[in-house]
Amino acid sequence: MHDNSDLFITGEPIADTKAPDGPIETRWERRRFSAKLVNPANKRKMTVIVVGTGLAGGSAAATLGELGYRVKSYCYQDSPRRAHSIAAQGGINAAKNYRNDGDSVYRLFYDTVKGGDFRARESNVHRLAEVSVNIIDQAVAQGVPFAREYGGLLDTRSFGGTQVSRTFYARGQTGQQLLLGAYQALERQIAAGNVEMNARHEMLELIIVDGRARGIVVRDMVTGEITTEFADAVVLASGGYGNVFFLSTNAKGCNVTASWRAHRKGALFANPCYTQIHPTCIPVSGDHQSKLTLMSESLRNDGRVWVPKKAGDTRAPGDIPEDERDYYLERIYPAFGNLVPRDIASRAAKNVCDEGRGVGPGGLGVYLDFADAIRRLGRAAVEAKYGNLFEMYERITGENPYDVPMRIYPAVHYTMGGLWVDYDLQSTIPGLFVIGEANFSDHGANRLGASALMQGLADGYFVLPNTIGDYLAAGPFEKLDESHPDAAAARAQVEERVSKLLSINGDRTVDSFHRELGRIMWEYCGMERTDAGLRKAIELIRGLRDEFWQRVKVPGRGEELNQNLEKAGRVADFFELAELMCVDALHRTESCGGHFRAESQSADGEAERDDENFSYVAAWEFTGTGERPVLHREDLNFEYVHPTQRSYK
Amino acid sequence: MNLTLRIWRQQGPQDKGRMVSYQVTDVSPDMSFLEMLDVLNERLILEGEEPVAFDHDCREGICGACSMVINGTPHGPQKMTTTCQLHMRTFSDGDTIDIEPWRAKAFPVIKDLVVNRGAFDKIIQAGGYISAPTGSAPEAHATPVPKADADAAFEAAECIGCGACVAACPNGSAMLFTAAKITHLGLMPQGQPERDSRVLDMVAAHDEAGFGGCTNAGECTPACPKGIPLATIGRLNRDFLAASRKRSGETATAG
Ligand SMILES: Cc1cc2nc3c(=O)[nH]c(=O)nc-3n(C[C@H](O)[C@H](O)[C@H](O)COP(=O)(O)OP(=O)(O)OC[C@H]3O[C@@H](n4cnc5c(N)ncnc54)[C@H](O)[C@@H]3O)c2cc1C
Ligand code: SF4
Ligand code: FES
Repeated sequence: MHDNSDLFITGEPIADTKAPDGPIETRWERRRFSAKLVNPANKRKMTVIVVGTGLAGGSAAATLGELGYRVKSYCYQDSPRRAHSIAAQGGINAAKNYRNDGDSVYRLFYDTVKGGDFRARESNVHRLAEVSVNIIDQAVAQGVPFAREYGGLLDTRSFGGTQVSRTFYARGQTGQQLLLGAYQALERQIAAGNVEMNARHEMLELIIVDGRARGIVVRDMVTGEITTEFADAVVLASGGYGNVFFLSTNAKGCNVTASWRAHRKGALFANPCYTQIHPTCIPVSGDHQSKLTLMSESLRNDGRVWVPKKAGDTRAPGDIPEDERDYYLERIYPAFGNLVPRDIASRAAKNVCDEGRGVGPGGLGVYLDFADAIRRLGRAAVEAKYGNLFEMYERITGENPYDVPMRIYPAVHYTMGGLWVDYDLQSTIPGLFVIGEANFSDHGANRLGASALMQGLADGYFVLPNTIGDYLAAGPFEKLDESHPDAAAARAQVEERVSKLLSINGDRTVDSFHRELGRIMWEYCGMERTDAGLRKAIELIRGLRDEFWQRVKVPGRGEELNQNLEKAGRVADFFELAELMCVDALHRTESCGGHFRAESQSADGEAERDDENFSYVAAWEFTGTGERPVLHREDLNFEYVHPTQRSYK
Repeated sequence: MNLTLRIWRQQGPQDKGRMVSYQVTDVSPDMSFLEMLDVLNERLILEGEEPVAFDHDCREGICGACSMVINGTPHGPQKMTTTCQLHMRTFSDGDTIDIEPWRAKAFPVIKDLVVNRGAFDKIIQAGGYISAPTGSAPEAHATPVPKADADAAFEAAECIGCGACVAACPNGSAMLFTAAKITHLGLMPQGQPERDSRVLDMVAAHDEAGFGGCTNAGECTPACPKGIPLATIGRLNRDFLAASRKRSGETATAG
């Protein structure tokens, strides 16, 4: 066993008790049949709180409203339409097999389990592949303008190294179009009086009564008013936590607060260290940088990645002759070349930059060169394929990629970890369900391109609305109001925290702390992790967290729109999450998917998984800030897809 | 570079508000406009002043949150570009830049540059959707959509709901926003059954929310970061007329 017991305690194993066993193709059907139903007259008496209006939360709230439940929906933006899902570009997978190219539910299932590096549950992934086909039908019925062919049928493309063409898309705005579909369905339910929408409201605490999730404490971000809201069940659809790194491709407001508050109250947090780092983002241009922009991965189809052979070479790219360039991906991975998977491409870029061969400001970039493609295909053809991306690049960097090679660098993009849920998407707190990027469920240690949109909508439209009934069939539960001692206590916690943050009145801004935390995480818990580095990170995080609570300066008052107060609360929670991520990364001494431990690699630098010791989900229990968390293992069994090591050489 | 910013400061909805000048130094041309404001805000906080409140989220031109009138133009001088995508290399050393919130009756100011755009959601609630309850959808390929229609629908569907069109319009009209949705859904076969009620109800909600009428001033499209064409408004007008005729015809026969 791996003894890191100075950092955590090993607890009882846990198991998912909801997925039926037996043939995998019928598990979902059997679970739907065994789940209890709620009688329609009773639905109207039951309230469900849904936190988040992205693909997961928007689709869930609309569907629950249609089913007859009373829904209360929350988001921190000024409109549900602006949830971060809006930014997804590439597409959404579905096993429609419209191309007759050998795709099937089983193949999508297989690819996702394998792509996740054998760290996801087979039952969940199979269900995801099954409902993927319904998502496309649903979106088309809502009028989502997917790309079409001349015959009027839906177009697809292949994405992220799969050999079939199963990705549906709407130009580079697939997330936007799918989210608008869900948003419009949600607005329809708002108009019908089935959903009460609370935009610019932030959930700051979970209310648990008699062991059940029964409500939330929210702050009205315009007036600052703090209220308690009650329901028969609570659904978190609050997205991913990539912003713990400060710089990421996520929207600025993305945060872990809703999940973290639930975690502190007993919901286990699974695989927090699984982070996806995307290889093709626009590099940092200076200290002012506030976020990173993703450039579509499709660019690697025609662009060639290189750096100078010599360290510290400051010549302009055009002045570096061919034989002094290192096309390192083509050199190291001759079979896949520039098209190796995301994690491999990212790590290779980091390695060459660590050797001092990076290009651009701070040496943190590599070239993605289209000169060959322009020579081979002609400028017009390159423009037709990538014109909008080139334009976006030029807008941000001021450089024209037709003349000078693009500079790219990896950036944090997605978090596979999240709150632990069973097959019904219920957390370890009865009545608390978690959907979308906020849960840990379907992607294992690595998510395939175009699969997050699929999962969010699968959860929200098709899975949760079926499984939540099994829980609610025992309701409606006792009526509660703000005077209930557990509600009053949760509210007092929020009020105390808000006034604490406002009263410190120190000499450092929230952003300065967030940036510093992000640098620690990127350095030690980013693309490559080591025992020593992670231990150091934990120490640094603890020190910085203490400093935060003594020196942060939050201007303004609580009873008004106060964007720094909002940020401060989020950053405070990121500090605690950051420590747990490092502990998780430290305890998992294998490399798998997005988690690369330098100690666990082959002689030629490839990731080495350790199935004997780590074929499990690590679900962590909170015991107190800075206290050792308790590890609960959920063993993973592979009955259908047998674990193999990846190789891209 | 060094710049003078004149920014609209307004403590809350009741406050009258005023322009306040700030000097910013050492602005890098590689900064985005919002990053330049971040730097200003960091300084203001440490100096004990209130930072400037503004809406933003994705910072890549797609969520529609950012919303500033820069030197009199919604989203600033660069065409087809949201505030968050605007970079400081568009400006020159020594420039004075005026920064104000969207100004429109239907978008009351909440604080500084932050306004309430809830009226847009109200317009969508009135009919900006296709009724397709989850689970009721037919097989996606049951209804082919001609590529030209799908592409045109997509172009209208690109609207990010930012409100620049309203801020640019001398009447504070949201016709471009409304027309974009009417056009998107009206071009799809799935959108036909509700086409008439959609246009009538959305236009009624538009008027009720306090947006002004469209007088074809044509200021909206040039300000729109997604280039939603003016022709969409023509399409809305035709749909509206046709639907109104049908509705009054129905009432006539009924009466
Ligand atoms: C740039 C980019 C491109 C991407 N492209 C693709 C792609 O092509 N294909 C793909 O499959 N995936 C893609 N992804 C990933 C995918 O977009 C996300 O994983 C997915 O959209 C997450 O959806 P969600 O509903 O879980 O959460 P989100 O869309 O993040 O929604 C979170 C919601 O929770 C609310 N919220 C959060 N915290 C609180 C709180 N405390 N109180 C109240 N409300 C709260 C927010 O207001 C928001 O409404 C991309 C991601 C990025 C960053
Ligand atoms: S039409 Fe253009 S300007 Fe108006 S809300 Fe939509 S994107 Fe913004
Ligand atoms: S911040 Fe999202 S469009 Fe500008």
